[in-house]
Amino acid sequence: MKAHQRKLDISNGCVDLSHGSGGRAMSQLISGLFHEAFGNEWLACGNDQSAFDVGAGRMVMTTDGYVVSPLFFPGGNIGSLAVHGTVNDIAMAGARPLYLSASFIIEEGFRFSDLKMIADSMGEAARAAGVYIITGDTKVVERGKADGLFISTAGVGVVPAGLDLSAGNARVGDRVLISGTLGDHGVAIMSKRQNLAFETEIVSDSASLHDFVASMLAAGGKGIRLMRDPTRGGLAATLNEIAQQSGLGFRLQEAAIPVKPGVAAACELLGLDPLYVANEGKLAAIVAPEVAAAVLAAMRVHPFGRDAAEIGEAVADDHHFVQMATSFGGGRIVDWLSGEQLPRIC
Amino acid sequence: MKYADEFRDKEIALGLAKAIRSEADPEKSYRFMEFCGGHTHAISRYGLEDMLPKNVRMIHGPGCPVCVLPAGRIDMAIRLAERPDVILCVYGDLMRVPGSQGGSLLKAKARGGDVRMVYSTIDAIRVAEEIPGRAVVFFAIGFETTTPPTAMMIRLADKKQLKNFSVFCNHVLTPPAMQNILESPDIRNIDRVEIDGFVGPGHVSTIIGTEPYEFFAEEFGKPVVIAGFEPLDMMQAILMLVRQVNEHRHEVENQYSRAVTRDGNLRAKEEVSDIFEPRDQFEWRGLGLVPYSGLKLKRAYSKYDAEVRFDMNELRVADNPACECGAILRGVKKPVDCQLFGTVCTPETPMGSCMVSSEGACAAHWTYGRFRDHQQRRAS
Repeated sequence: MKAHQRKLDISNGCVDLSHGSGGRAMSQLISGLFHEAFGNEWLACGNDQSAFDVGAGRMVMTTDGYVVSPLFFPGGNIGSLAVHGTVNDIAMAGARPLYLSASFIIEEGFRFSDLKMIADSMGEAARAAGVYIITGDTKVVERGKADGLFISTAGVGVVPAGLDLSAGNARVGDRVLISGTLGDHGVAIMSKRQNLAFETEIVSDSASLHDFVASMLAAGGKGIRLMRDPTRGGLAATLNEIAQQSGLGFRLQEAAIPVKPGVAAACELLGLDPLYVANEGKLAAIVAPEVAAAVLAAMRVHPFGRDAAEIGEAVADDHHFVQMATSFGGGRIVDWLSGEQLPRIC
Repeated sequence: MKYADEFRDKEIALGLAKAIRSEADPEKSYRFMEFCGGHTHAISRYGLEDMLPKNVRMIHGPGCPVCVLPAGRIDMAIRLAERPDVILCVYGDLMRVPGSQGGSLLKAKARGGDVRMVYSTIDAIRVAEEIPGRAVVFFAIGFETTTPPTAMMIRLADKKQLKNFSVFCNHVLTPPAMQNILESPDIRNIDRVEIDGFVGPGHVSTIIGTEPYEFFAEEFGKPVVIAGFEPLDMMQAILMLVRQVNEHRHEVENQYSRAVTRDGNLRAKEEVSDIFEPRDQFEWRGLGLVPYSGLKLKRAYSKYDAEVRFDMNELRVADNPACECGAILRGVKKPVDCQLFGTVCTPETPMGSCMVSSEGACAAHWTYGRFRDHQQRRAS
């Protein structure tokens, strides 16, 4: 006799401990919800791993955990973020992202309808980026042991021959380019925090940047030394890291750094500095001075780079300071972020 | 950003900088103390020091409420947070302030204490309403600016008959601290620090008005200019001070006239005096015990006073002997004069309170200004 299994009640049901126990309920959740959302030939095989061909050349691999709160925010949710974040980490090497894995840690009682919405937007973000989520894992923990849902994604990508973007590559005289306005993601998240809620039209900039990166590489070639996406800790953390790793300093012009008025106002109100606020669809590129104009022009014709700007240059500095001429006319350091500005921003 | 960018205009700033340069007598030196941590932060954040001539120097004052809180009060809060029946609601920058023996509220929280970061007093009231079974204590801190909101929340709690809400009161007063600085031997007798004038607090003065400073200007013969917190406010206030010094005047002038009046906010003052009364003395980090410089809840509201409700003992502990926060808060030393600065004491691992709050002199210099130390060293 064939065992009868009731369909997942996506609109009213919720995750319970059985969905993580390795039994039939788990199998039903995986096939009914995740496979549905991610649908591809690798998942359809139902193996504990997925096999794929490896071409010649260098590959990159990265992994990232997502604990953002709240799970849904203007411009995305934890699912789309988990795809964009990992795709971008691959893209910053100039690599083409190929495959992702996704691991879910779900709190008992989490609604199927929310999980489906999140899985669907992961599937959508992956399809838009041309990557496949080919393996995954599901765990369920007791109520109170996780805040709704945590996601981990890992990804692999392939680097075009001859390309080597790395943090130690910056040289004195190189220019600093950023792809657009700073702080959008952080402010969008904050505007929905329970104890902070405020009205703003700012939406997260969460997006996959690899096509954008490809168009920059086409314009700048080997003149592009390295790229980073300024997520946690914002542009300040990114440039301080690069300064340390390349053994130099930076001098920025505050007036050249694009920030949306709504973001500037929210930061003003909350006592934050947009340079330290997280981004999820922006990049900073360090490029040789002779290609800076061409790369900037290529960035500006792409939808993700309309507000791109040259904001400063690399200078010799034994202390590896990131200095900035303020719009007001004085000078300051843009230091590492100290402490925690905004917990659980991604 | 409208209503803010106008006060950060570079062209006007350059004009003011030029006026300061041409009016400041090169034979004289001008040393002005900005009392407020908010001003310290603005000076560093916008790099104002670069725009002033060498003989016009700013001395950072003690007006950072987090910085002047003595370690003993932090220890008292930690003890409170360790009680299983208590939820302690605090502002974020208090979390890392060091108590004695390396303790902090952040560490107390990690060990299981229920310490919650709030953005305003009303958040603490909300927590108390949501969790009626536990005692919610709001860690109240700040100068005259933040006292009226605390007073209003106590009144609100009273109206709502919230039995589980109380306040650990650390509100302090500006004028007694200014007087203490001017009377301290460092400044009066030994003449180690000459202060030629004060940039007076802006937000505090929206509440108390400009009138309380008239005594200082008169008694100590020092000019006072009440200033706003935007960089242009600061530049203009500095120019006004230079002019007073040049003209041998010592008056209270109000640069921040868009927000401050002579009498201040009468309604707020009334609210505060209904609920609070001065303590005989209160300990300030750096200044020691200062008479009538702190507030406590009046007897009629003592059920909302955490110190009464939880029978808290006043703790007094010594600061790290190598930490120069005290001298820095009095303007006697600069952050770089402290041997801990930038070595064991950084914003990540603060030894003293001046390194904790973004309004603290050490944190401001470390975060925004320390590149100048290297420039100076190279130049010399």
